[in-house]
Amino acid sequence: MPSKYDWPAEGKRSLIGKRISRLDGPDKASGRARYAYDTNRPGGLVAKLLCSPHAHAKITRIDTSEAERAPGVRAVKVMAPAGTEVQWQGFEIAAVAADTEELAQDGVRKIKVEYEILPHLVKEEDVSKAANMIKPSAEETKGNPDSGFSEADAVHEGYYGINTITHCCLESHGQVAEWNGDNCTLYASTQALGRIGGDLAKVLGAEPATANIKPANIRVITEYMGGGFGSKFSIDKWGIVCAQFSKQTGKPVKLMLDRDQELLMAGMRPSDYAKIKLGAKKDGTITAWQHESWSTGGPGGGGAPPIPYVFTEIPNQRKRHIAVSTHTGPARAWRAPNHPQAAALTMCAMDDLAAKLNMNPLDFFIKNLPLTARGDVYKAELLKGAELMDWKTKWHPRGQGGNGYLKRGVGLSLHTWGGRAHDSDCRIVINSDGSVQAQLGSQDLGTGTRTVIGIVAAETLGIPLSGVQVQIGDSNYPPSGASGGSTTVGGVSSSTRRASVKALDKLFEAVAPSLGTTADKLVARDGRIHVEGDPSKSLTWKAACAKLGTKSISEIGRQPARDEGNLNDNGVGGIQMAEVEVDTETGIVSVKKMVAVQDCGLIIDVKTAESQCYGAMIMGVCAALYEERIFDQQTGTMLNADMEFYKLSGIADVGDMVVHMMTGVYDGRGVIGLGEPPAISPPAAISNAVANAIGVRVPTIPLTPDKVLAALEKGGRA
Amino acid sequence: MQAFEYSKPTTTKEALGMLGAQWGETDILAGGTDLLSLMKDYVHTPKRVVSLSGIKELKLIKSAADGLHIGAMVTIEELLENAQVRKEYASLVQAARGISSPQIRAMGTVGGDLCQRPRCWYFRKGFGLLPRDSRGRDLVPNGENRYHAILGNSGPAKFVSASSLAPALVALGAKVTIASASGNRTVDVEKFFMAPTDASTREVDLKPNEILTGIVVPVAGGAKQATYEVRQKEALDWPLATASVALKMSGSTVQSAKVVLGHVAPTPWNSAEAAQALAGKAINESTAKVAADAALARATPLSQNAYKVQLAKVAVKRALLAAAGKA
Amino acid sequence: MSKIDSDSHGKNKQPGKKGFSRRSFLGGLGIGGGAVATLPTGLLVESQAAAAPAMGPGPIPVALRINGKVHNLNIEPRVTLLDALRNHLDMTGAKKVCDRATCGACTVIVAGRPVYSCSMLAVEAQGKDIQTIEGLAPSGKLHPVSAAFVENDAQQCGFCTPGFVMAVKAFVDRHPNPTMDQVKKGLGGNLCRCGTYIGVRQAALDAARQMKGGKNA
Repeated sequence: MPSKYDWPAEGKRSLIGKRISRLDGPDKASGRARYAYDTNRPGGLVAKLLCSPHAHAKITRIDTSEAERAPGVRAVKVMAPAGTEVQWQGFEIAAVAADTEELAQDGVRKIKVEYEILPHLVKEEDVSKAANMIKPSAEETKGNPDSGFSEADAVHEGYYGINTITHCCLESHGQVAEWNGDNCTLYASTQALGRIGGDLAKVLGAEPATANIKPANIRVITEYMGGGFGSKFSIDKWGIVCAQFSKQTGKPVKLMLDRDQELLMAGMRPSDYAKIKLGAKKDGTITAWQHESWSTGGPGGGGAPPIPYVFTEIPNQRKRHIAVSTHTGPARAWRAPNHPQAAALTMCAMDDLAAKLNMNPLDFFIKNLPLTARGDVYKAELLKGAELMDWKTKWHPRGQGGNGYLKRGVGLSLHTWGGRAHDSDCRIVINSDGSVQAQLGSQDLGTGTRTVIGIVAAETLGIPLSGVQVQIGDSNYPPSGASGGSTTVGGVSSSTRRASVKALDKLFEAVAPSLGTTADKLVARDGRIHVEGDPSKSLTWKAACAKLGTKSISEIGRQPARDEGNLNDNGVGGIQMAEVEVDTETGIVSVKKMVAVQDCGLIIDVKTAESQCYGAMIMGVCAALYEERIFDQQTGTMLNADMEFYKLSGIADVGDMVVHMMTGVYDGRGVIGLGEPPAISPPAAISNAVANAIGVRVPTIPLTPDKVLAALEKGGRA
Repeated sequence: MQAFEYSKPTTTKEALGMLGAQWGETDILAGGTDLLSLMKDYVHTPKRVVSLSGIKELKLIKSAADGLHIGAMVTIEELLENAQVRKEYASLVQAARGISSPQIRAMGTVGGDLCQRPRCWYFRKGFGLLPRDSRGRDLVPNGENRYHAILGNSGPAKFVSASSLAPALVALGAKVTIASASGNRTVDVEKFFMAPTDASTREVDLKPNEILTGIVVPVAGGAKQATYEVRQKEALDWPLATASVALKMSGSTVQSAKVVLGHVAPTPWNSAEAAQALAGKAINESTAKVAADAALARATPLSQNAYKVQLAKVAVKRALLAAAGKA
Repeated sequence: MSKIDSDSHGKNKQPGKKGFSRRSFLGGLGIGGGAVATLPTGLLVESQAAAAPAMGPGPIPVALRINGKVHNLNIEPRVTLLDALRNHLDMTGAKKVCDRATCGACTVIVAGRPVYSCSMLAVEAQGKDIQTIEGLAPSGKLHPVSAAFVENDAQQCGFCTPGFVMAVKAFVDRHPNPTMDQVKKGLGGNLCRCGTYIGVRQAALDAARQMKGGKNA
């Protein structure tokens, strides 16, 4: 049933679906944007953490007395008392707050800790060496795998893997805490400003000295934040100690993780390795799937990957998984949790089966689309992608990537994601001077949340984008969900739409008499309020608002809300294609071009939506070619907890990128999140492109030169 | 970073007077891109840092009869901007361009490039330059050695020399000039680098109270030169293998050759075998390959870095073909 | 280039020299902040041959000429230029990310060249023109490089952005007519995690076009 809250129809949109520069772009590009890390409060202290150098050890003694006496040190706190069993390198042991960053670091160096070193496991790819650190799952079957394989004309068996990687948020984790009596303001780099204050209050409330602290005592401010990617949902131990230091000293305290700490303990994406067997008929129809997988997510082991991915309806399946616990920093949600790994395992195995069948993977994947939940969406996207990649010309059977030592190839992958809107309240305030505020306790991770809110409010109120002040990043505003799982854009756009419609209705009521009509006859467009069908009877926005006199309009819109329009949906599909060039003499892979074709329902801002896709593909290039946590099993040390050898691609290391949003096609579904989906396929598509180029599979990601050369040699193509 | 006292002398002599007699007491600051990281990681904890940035004589590039004198404090960018360097030392220019961060090129100096500490991650994480665990076991052979040495690694030193310029300088026959309180000395760049055999020695022939003041690059005399780096990334990244070659030609055949590999051994690796293989030959794909194979014939890769043998061969081959104008 | 105030005393002046004689150093009297030089005997003996003053390790006066204005600080010699800007001058445009001369988020322009301010001691930047992003467009308008970043959405979380903007500024100053290939090769010292390189490349090309004629240095 149509509702006044519904998104305006395509021809009636003035801002939605256009290419609009992000609202906070000027502040960011001029250095004026203040992040948590940039928050300098008067008289503030700096706190630093002491972290475990050992992967697995028991703390037998800890002595902070010298640190307490060190110059400039104002507070020292033991976070892991004697007796604590440290489970990973980077585990928080103690913290020091001092007058300056340098003195805090000096203080940390003066803490003496004695450890009893315990055996550790920091690598999981060779599961045979994991001994008592493994937890096998029960076998899961669907249909009859054995008969499925016997029906197959071709059966392929292969080994595939994708390693653990870190988030490496450029703004490391942390916050500034400042107390005023029993009220604390936390300037935090967080994806969940509505949640961490309550989490902090809960911890503090359990301690005698701060038993009176309630969630309402904590205000969280996140005006800007420098990347989270799933790793910044929690108050974390460093947030708690920072607040405690501030309470104890009566001074503002800043505690941001050092880069090595961030890479060691502030989150990682679990690995997934699998031996996969799958079979298909001559025409490409897959008949059976079987896998034995293992993975680590740190001390807690790693969950089973959701494979077969996308092609979930393969009729006959047998699955087994082994969770491997390692003494490495624990997993956190990483942009589309589990999906990039699942895509890498599934799409690479399928691609190899296509090669065995001598089929063009494009045809093979299309043939099997009935095994997916949205075959028609994928088909249209694959055909569009093939056109943009010029797949027909560029694809060749394996091993025919050129005569010279530089070989070219193309590969593809499919992905899916939910992205249902999170809960969100938005307050729209219209003032008699014509100013408008949109207020939400949400945060902009760099995805464009602020801009989307502004666009929806301005579109709905019929005023220019500059007429809306978007006020977010403060827990004092109406609550909005944490920004994770691509749920934010659906949430904030829906609540903003509803609040704006309600506020506008109120304004219509206020001005209708002066236009000699009733509120239901009014429309707002191009900065004016006028009678529908009679533009001559109109008021400028400003004049209309002036009719409010001394009052303001303040309306709350909610997501979810019953009977207030179908504004958002869940579930998208997307495909990506990659073209690579491989130097077969050096094993160095370079990505020449990538194509993303992506559905995400109604797009509010095409410019920032495309940026999500570009960015996700570039992140994917990093994961496919460079990123890995390199651990030394002898010492348990992560040897590359830095940005020099934890490699990310630079500006010259990514090829041309083409993004095609399925604009218009699925607009009727409403808004669906976009942060995760395009981040899923790149490693799979790039690995498949490399296999196409060089004629052999490089089994595990990242595709580093050593592994590419080894695969060439093994395949007799060196 | 541990607190230190800072001095900024204006002459080399003054600077020498500020240096301690033992490693660890004082550090010399040039561009800072390595030293500050070492200090932040507490790998270096000097009591005093002596900056050379106030010494004007170390910033000069001068042409003389014995070649081009390049001061230690000349930045990589200034080196690249020097007309004579660009004209005569193509291999040095290519090596310098391999440092693909403009910021590093603007800060980093010629002397700093030669004296920077190895990037061995065990060293950087505090396990020592000849890394051992608490029980004295050598960590590299059974550890993460994908970036470590494949040549000259039979001793305790298994790191690779980090210098970008050194292979080219060795191939060009350059020398370093070193000042100390007792006078100046000159050492071939090739001899300047050493594989330390115990914890008390360093990877370069420099005493704690000496200063590398500059390099002298002999007149190139029309030698054909090239440097080729195998890097995984085009953006700032450490090479996996480098080769720099200088060829004295007699017509279209090689009269004498120098083939120097980088990032494959604790020192720049001057391959006499490759030079020998090239003598009297014309450079083509097959002679370049033969030379590359000869250069790596004695390679002794570790558990994870056999692939570097192949990369080093490719570097030699491509550098030779580039020098001969056949790339 | 920004004009330097005629009363700027930063140039060639060596703050810290005054009051720090060899004698005070050797006498272990310490410098500022009550710091005492504690040195191994060998070092002291060696030092007696020298003639240059040593300063610190406690706070010493450091004068920095930033965006044309001299700022006088009293900081330890170990304080980096980045930390001086961020922690002592509240100029937080330059970011601390890798803190090891790799990622470029701390890029500022010193003496016309882009540098990693995380790896330059503040005391070493004395006497040089330091340009930070705060000085790019002091009037509040956007510098053409920043404007090109906005237009091309060359930023997401924005934490690499100020450093990237400064690297691009230094690049286009020296390459007024860059090709795409030069852009790719000339900006290899900055890393972005969100993946904004496609926008940054175009922003660099657009900014160069905008800035032609030297109107907006």
